[in-house]
Amino acid sequence: MNESLNFLIGLAMGLNLLALGSSRLPAVIRAMSLQGMALGLMPLLMEDHFDWRVSLVAVATVAGKGFVIPMLLRRAMRAAQIDREMEPFIGFVPSLLLGAGGTIAAVALARQLPLLPEHAGSLLVPGALASVLTGFVLLIGRAKAISQVCGYLILENGIYLFGLLLIKSTPLLVEAGILLDLTVGVFVIGIIVDRIQRAFDSLDTRKLTTLRE
Amino acid sequence: MILILDVLLHLAIWLLLAPLLPGIINKVKAWVAGRRGPPVLQLYYDLAKLWRKGVVLSTLASPGFVIGPAVGWIAVLGAAMLLPLGPAGAVLSFRGDVLLMVYLLALARFCTAWAAMETGSAFEGMGAAREVSYAVLTEAAIIAAVLSLSVQSGSTSLVAMLAPAAGAGAMLLAAGLFTVLLAENCRVPFDDPNTHLELTMIHEVMVLDHSGPPLAVILHGAAIKLLFFAVLLTEAVLPLGKLSPAAAAGVLLAGVMVVTVGVGLVESLLARLAFRRVPLLLTTAFLLCLFALLMAWKGGAE
Repeated sequence: MNESLNFLIGLAMGLNLLALGSSRLPAVIRAMSLQGMALGLMPLLMEDHFDWRVSLVAVATVAGKGFVIPMLLRRAMRAAQIDREMEPFIGFVPSLLLGAGGTIAAVALARQLPLLPEHAGSLLVPGALASVLTGFVLLIGRAKAISQVCGYLILENGIYLFGLLLIKSTPLLVEAGILLDLTVGVFVIGIIVDRIQRAFDSLDTRKLTTLRE
Repeated sequence: MILILDVLLHLAIWLLLAPLLPGIINKVKAWVAGRRGPPVLQLYYDLAKLWRKGVVLSTLASPGFVIGPAVGWIAVLGAAMLLPLGPAGAVLSFRGDVLLMVYLLALARFCTAWAAMETGSAFEGMGAAREVSYAVLTEAAIIAAVLSLSVQSGSTSLVAMLAPAAGAGAMLLAAGLFTVLLAENCRVPFDDPNTHLELTMIHEVMVLDHSGPPLAVILHGAAIKLLFFAVLLTEAVLPLGKLSPAAAAGVLLAGVMVVTVGVGLVESLLARLAFRRVPLLLTTAFLLCLFALLMAWKGGAE
C-alpha cells in the first residue's frame, strides 16, 4: 500500500518539476491536472476496505481537478486569446533549482517532524511540502494571471496531500466543500481573466499596479 | 568452455542486434510520415559498404584520428559487457562495476571528441564542444539514476542493482533516463540525426571527416550505445529479477522495442529544441533522477 502511494507521490513530485520547467501555459495546465488526478486516486489506496464515501471523494477529485478545472482554464485562455508563452520573473532553470532545493529540504525536514508511526514511512508530508513550495515559486515567479492560478492550484494540491493524513477524521462535507470552492474559484477567475484582458489589453499582472481613472 | 560460449553469446547479441534499433526508429518515422522508408536492415548494408571502402586521411591528422573511434567502440562494448541482459546475466560482474560503466561511457565520449578535433576543422571542434557540454548534465543524471538504484537495492553491482524494481521512484527514473537516452544518443529534441547543416549538428558533425572502416566503427558504436541505454532503461524500471527466465527475456525484448518505438515517435512528433532550451530539459532530467534518489533514500526507510 505504502509502495503504490509513494509511487503516486513521486509522480506528483515529477509533475511539479515539469510545471516549473515548461515554458508553455497548456503544458503547465496539463501537469497540474495530471497531478490532481494522481492525488485523487490516493484516498482509494489508503483505505484497506471499500468505503463508498472515500470513493465518492476520489471520483469527485479526479473529475474536478483532472477535467473540470483544466477545461475552465483552457476556456478562459481561448476566450481571452492569451498566447501560450509564459513570462517568467524567475527564469526557468533558477525556478527549477528552487523547486528541487525545496523538495530536498522538505524530504530532509520531514524526518525531523514528530509524525505518527504509520505515516513515518510514507512520503506524504515531504510531497505535500514540495507541492506547496512549487506552488509558491510559480505564484511569485510568473507574470501571467493564468499561470498564477496554476501555481495556486498546485499549492492547493499540496494542502490536499496534507489533508490525506487526516482522511479518516475529516467529514465528507468538508472535502466536498473544498472541492466545490476550488471549482467555483477557478470559474470566477476565468471570468476575471477575461475582464482584465479587456480592461488592460494584457494579462500581465505587472500592469495591474498602475491605477486608471 | 561454457564461459567462452557465454561470452560469445553476449557478443553476438550486442554486435548483431544493435544495428536493428536505428532501422526500427527510421521505419517508425517513415510510418508516421506516411512514407515507405528505408529497410529495417539498412544500417547493416551501410556498415558492409563502409567496411569495404578506403580511408581518406588528412595530412594533419595524427594516429588518434583512427585510434579514437576504435577505442571508443571498445569502450562502449566493454560497458555493454557489464550490463546484464535479463536472465542471461552479464559477462563480467563485480562489486562496483557500475563505476566502471560510467567511466567507460565517458572514455568513449572523450575518444569521439578527440578524433573529431584531429583534422583541425572548426565545425568538428564546435560539435565536440557541444557534445561535451551536454554530457556534463547527462552524466550527472546518469550518476543520480545509478545512485538511486544502488540505494534501492543496497548493492553496487549492476546485476544486483537492476534485478529488483526501481520502487516508488520508477516513474521519475523512467522519465529521467529516457531524456538521458535521447541526449546521449543525439536524437531529437537534442540533435537531429538527419540534419546536414554543420552549424546545428552535434554528433553528426563530429564524424564528418571520418570515412570507410573508422566511420563504420563509429556508426556501429552509436547503435550499441542506443541498445545499451534502451536495455538500461528497461531493466531499471521493470522488476525482471522476479520473473521466470523466459518471461524476463520476453519482457526485456518488449521493453527495448517500446523504448525504440518511443524514440521514433518522439522524433516524428517533436521539433528539435533551440540550443538555449537544452540545458533546461537536461536539468529537468537530472532533477527527475535526483528525485528518484530521494524517493529511494526516504521511501526505503520504512
